[in-house]
Amino acid sequence: MTDAVVVDHVVKRFDTTTALDGVSCTVGTGELFGFIGPDGAGKTTLFRILATLLVPDAGRTRVLGADPVADLWALRQRIGYMPGRFSLYADLSVEENLRFFASVFGTTIAREYDRIAPIYTQLEPFRQRRAEALSGGMKQKLALCCALVHRPDILLLDEPTTGVDAVSRRDFWDLLAQLKAAGLTIVVSTPYMDEATRCDRVALIQRGKILVIDTPAAITASFGRPLYAVRAAERYRALDMLREFPETHSVYPFGETLHYADRRAGVAPGQVEHELAAFLETRGVAGVSVAPTSATIEDSFMERMGAPEGEGESDQAMDAA
Amino acid sequence: MTDHTPRNPAPGNPRTTGATVATTTEPNGIAIRAKELTRTFGAFTAVDHISFQIHSGEVFGFLGANGAGKTTAIRMMIGLLAPTSGEATVAGFDVYRETDAIKSNIGYMSQRFSLYDDLSVAENIRLFGGIYDLTDQEIRERTHALLARLGIERVANTAVRSIPLGWKQKLAFSVALLHRPTIVFLDEPTSGVDPITRRQFWELIYEAAHRGTTAVVTTHYMDEAEYCDRVLVMVAGTIAAMGTPTELKRQFGADSIDEVFVRLARPAAAREAAAGGGVG
Repeated sequence: MTDAVVVDHVVKRFDTTTALDGVSCTVGTGELFGFIGPDGAGKTTLFRILATLLVPDAGRTRVLGADPVADLWALRQRIGYMPGRFSLYADLSVEENLRFFASVFGTTIAREYDRIAPIYTQLEPFRQRRAEALSGGMKQKLALCCALVHRPDILLLDEPTTGVDAVSRRDFWDLLAQLKAAGLTIVVSTPYMDEATRCDRVALIQRGKILVIDTPAAITASFGRPLYAVRAAERYRALDMLREFPETHSVYPFGETLHYADRRAGVAPGQVEHELAAFLETRGVAGVSVAPTSATIEDSFMERMGAPEGEGESDQAMDAA
Repeated sequence: MTDHTPRNPAPGNPRTTGATVATTTEPNGIAIRAKELTRTFGAFTAVDHISFQIHSGEVFGFLGANGAGKTTAIRMMIGLLAPTSGEATVAGFDVYRETDAIKSNIGYMSQRFSLYDDLSVAENIRLFGGIYDLTDQEIRERTHALLARLGIERVANTAVRSIPLGWKQKLAFSVALLHRPTIVFLDEPTSGVDPITRRQFWELIYEAAHRGTTAVVTTHYMDEAEYCDRVLVMVAGTIAAMGTPTELKRQFGADSIDEVFVRLARPAAAREAAAGGGVG
């Protein structure tokens, strides 16, 4: 099986900001691959390079075996690209938008109907509606349709679920699963860590660098420390106190609970739970419960990312800014 | 007049001038109370007889899909939109008659717009301090304290556009609290930031709540909802569910608030799709 995408030590700078700082990865044909990272990580820059819209300063890329710089015209026929910002014509109807994108690629809606049908059938009831009057979820479906109408071999979807409500977000990922089952290679980016589990493999990316590339299960399995969910009536006080606990590796809010990682190796089962509960209770924190929990992609991201934005390497970050 | 909150404005403070009642919290610790609150636009009922109470010092999540009525409800609470019927008080002030007093007793932080990008950090603080009628001395003192607390003294004179996004969000939050409001409204406060910055942000919210400030978080990202003490889910203008995240997950036999939400909102979404794609 050939690789659908090869990214080899790619660097891209804008003025003094290094958006991509030596990024390397490969995406297999037929894979659903996710780039997961916060705003400003470099996701959009990478997608624009793969979509033939930006030229990297250094490094090599291949998409479907072709060079996005030298072979851009041939490659554009084979790529379906959905930019992060809604980029359809707001004052054209659903049908007019789709017809326009089909015509740009020398085809028609009728000819490509079987490819877009799973999505287009959901849009057809309001094909006369102007794109700007669609709900957020419907807009994204229309954009996906327009990216698919020329039967690309690969889809590049830059943050397709940003700004979309929870129901539409699920529907969108279900559609991507269908398209993958039909054989398409899909590269998608998202700032939402919980969406990682919908991908075959993901690259966690921060400040222009890839932290890790693997299956979501392998990434969470490699967290490396026993993790505990701590509940307490006063979450904020408990958090403050656990920072003082001598065996704390890390502790941070995680939803309704606190996630606590112990710095010791090989503690007996039940020992950490007991110690933490006793530590908090002797300091007057009520309603404490401690239970082992599994690391999520977010826990793994934090463990690997080092200092947050603007800290640690802050001087450098500020110089760059 | 209640005395148990340190943020009670002193008599004669300009921001309470003209307010009929100089109270910022009801004696029973209720920050916001709504009863049968309703707003219609022509034939469309955006908010349909909703009733709820938010306690002082609570981190309260206001959830809903686009078009569920969340924004309309919030606009009534912050004094920007008069209700059609029903009752509500915010920080003890009436949403029909005392909207000016409401505005000076709440803070607001939007994910999209909060600070002026081409003003420096210190200039932004001074601007918002001025808008909220703080004295020059108050502005100086609070600027100093704010920068020290966030550890960003050295960017005081840097344009906001040049500071990292995570700092911007923490700064925006602190600026929203500059006039020491009793209630702060936060719109999708942590979307798009890295997970550590995101947690630092929640800690700022918890810390403010710990000191008695009520935080009302509106979001359509359900993982943000997991961080709230209690949440309310709006569907089609009504309250579809309300409780702690744990209670709601138990009630719906779900692993996450995302799942709870999808179950509540899916039927409405389907109806809307059948009717023509929704509005949001």
